Amino acid sequence: MISSVLSQHMTRSYTRRKLTYRAMYALLALASLIAIIPLLSIFGYVLTRSLPGLNLAFFTHLPQPIGETNGGMANSILGTLSLILIASMIGVPWGVGVGLFLSEYPPGKLSSVVRFSADLLTSVPSIIIGLFIYTLVVIPMRRFSLLAGGIALGIIMIPTVARSTEELLKRVPMHVREAGLALGLPRWKVILRIVLLGHSRAIATGIILAIARVSGETAPLLFTSFNNQFWQRGIDQPASSLPVQIYTYAISPYEDWHQQAWAGALILVLLVFFMNLVTRYILSPRGSRK
Amino acid sequence: MNPNSILEVKDLHAWFGSIEVVKGISMVALEHTVTAMIGPSGCGKSTFIRCLNRLHEESPGARATGQVLLENRDIYEKKVDPVSIRRRVGMVFQKPNPFPSMSIFDNVVAGLRLAGVRRSSTLKEIVEHSLQAAALWDEVKDKLHALGTSLSGGQQQRLCIARALAVEPKVLLMDEPTSALDPISTGKIEELLTELRKKVTVIIVTHNMQQAARISDQTAFFLSGELIEFGETSQVFTAPKKEQTERYITGRFG
Ligand SMILES: Nc1ncnc2c1ncn2[C@@H]1O[C@H](COP(=O)(O)OP(=O)(O)O)[C@@H](O)[C@H]1O
Ligand SMILES: [Mg+2]
Repeated sequence: MISSVLSQHMTRSYTRRKLTYRAMYALLALASLIAIIPLLSIFGYVLTRSLPGLNLAFFTHLPQPIGETNGGMANSILGTLSLILIASMIGVPWGVGVGLFLSEYPPGKLSSVVRFSADLLTSVPSIIIGLFIYTLVVIPMRRFSLLAGGIALGIIMIPTVARSTEELLKRVPMHVREAGLALGLPRWKVILRIVLLGHSRAIATGIILAIARVSGETAPLLFTSFNNQFWQRGIDQPASSLPVQIYTYAISPYEDWHQQAWAGALILVLLVFFMNLVTRYILSPRGSRK
Repeated sequence: MNPNSILEVKDLHAWFGSIEVVKGISMVALEHTVTAMIGPSGCGKSTFIRCLNRLHEESPGARATGQVLLENRDIYEKKVDPVSIRRRVGMVFQKPNPFPSMSIFDNVVAGLRLAGVRRSSTLKEIVEHSLQAAALWDEVKDKLHALGTSLSGGQQQRLCIARALAVEPKVLLMDEPTSALDPISTGKIEELLTELRKKVTVIIVTHNMQQAARISDQTAFFLSGELIEFGETSQVFTAPKKEQTERYITGRFG
């Protein structure tokens, strides 16, 4: 008796559950589709606006005075790559080091202070970091420089790299470390050669995402590396970069410059896309690549 | 002192914070023997064997006192470097734990390579030798460069045994090495233990009473951090001296 009532009830509720499941699935799928519309339309719009301005000169020539043709952003492309290099030289070892400290050493007062500061630093607007480097590097050196810009971007990278490294290493089971210790290896070797190297792909993913993030930063560069219309003459000289050059051209009144700004925007977007693709495919672990 | 004693434990105590989980253990293991440690979960077997290679102290808040004589030298003496002890006392864990992103080959030689051994002919020789000792060679000899983690659970565990053997320890500690494995893999590991004992002295924690009876020379029965009974395996299983031992091995415990 009871069992038949129960089974009737189950059948009814099963049908309802299936319906709810389908409805929810459709709703969420729709929401997800809508969420990628901005991405697609940004890319499509940038592409259509920039194509007319793209030619070889864009990649090989310096910016030209208004009225002259054949201007390019070669120096800005190179400048952005140099900034990324300097930023990574600062942000990667420093960030990974902080991540190691947070995950591999016994938790204490210091580590909670460091973790809290890292989270705080992540949420500090990047323009503030630029101001900070302005007072710390630009004023004493008495000029804007590639170095100052690189340092600003490097500092922005530190907390992101640190936290992603920490989160990753925390997921490595304790017994893997113990297996290393049990082989008679000192702790630092276990950490560097087994734990860190063993997960270098995943850590690199976090690093590349951090790099991709900073490569589009504009605000902190405005008063650190500033801008420059010529080839870079030294690390202590003002440097051009794609974001700042795009900004400069975009707010100018000249149609020709607007065209170039769009082309620069496309290169910047492609650079970030490319870095994301690299993390996804080239760095995916052997065997698990789909 | 017995001339063949390789490991002698005297009044060993171990704590996690203020909680004492190993309460004054003394026992001796002779060379080329297998000693089984049995006892209910949480009675301190793992903690005890982790004291034998000084791994216990790596846990936060953990400490130990007492003496552990390895070839007649106390490994808890002040001057002794725990790292050097772990090279002579290897360990295999409950969960197979090959090193991530390392090939089978690299896993086996990890201990040597990271200690500075570089000669590739030496390493190759040791890989073959260790994998053979762990009864894994035939199964993997054609894919030494596949990831260690790509093997089956039972193979992974034998890889871990090979990795531990590659640094030529005197003593091999095994903490429930088969409890995560299927019966066939378990059988393979039990089988290889009878070969292993010719090279190393084995101390194995096991939950499986039949396993202890099959593979060990002596058996130690632990209860709440104390060593209740320690003797020849055949004696412990057929004529236990303590009532608690008898109740445990006949399954009438608690
Ligand atoms: N890392 C740890 N911190 C605190 N207590 C622990 C820790 N590991 C084990 N213990 C405690 O120590 C006791 C002994 O544990 P363990 O040696 O693992 O027992 P067994 O291996 O016999 O199951 C248990 O009561 C357990 O809860
Ligand atoms: Mg245990």
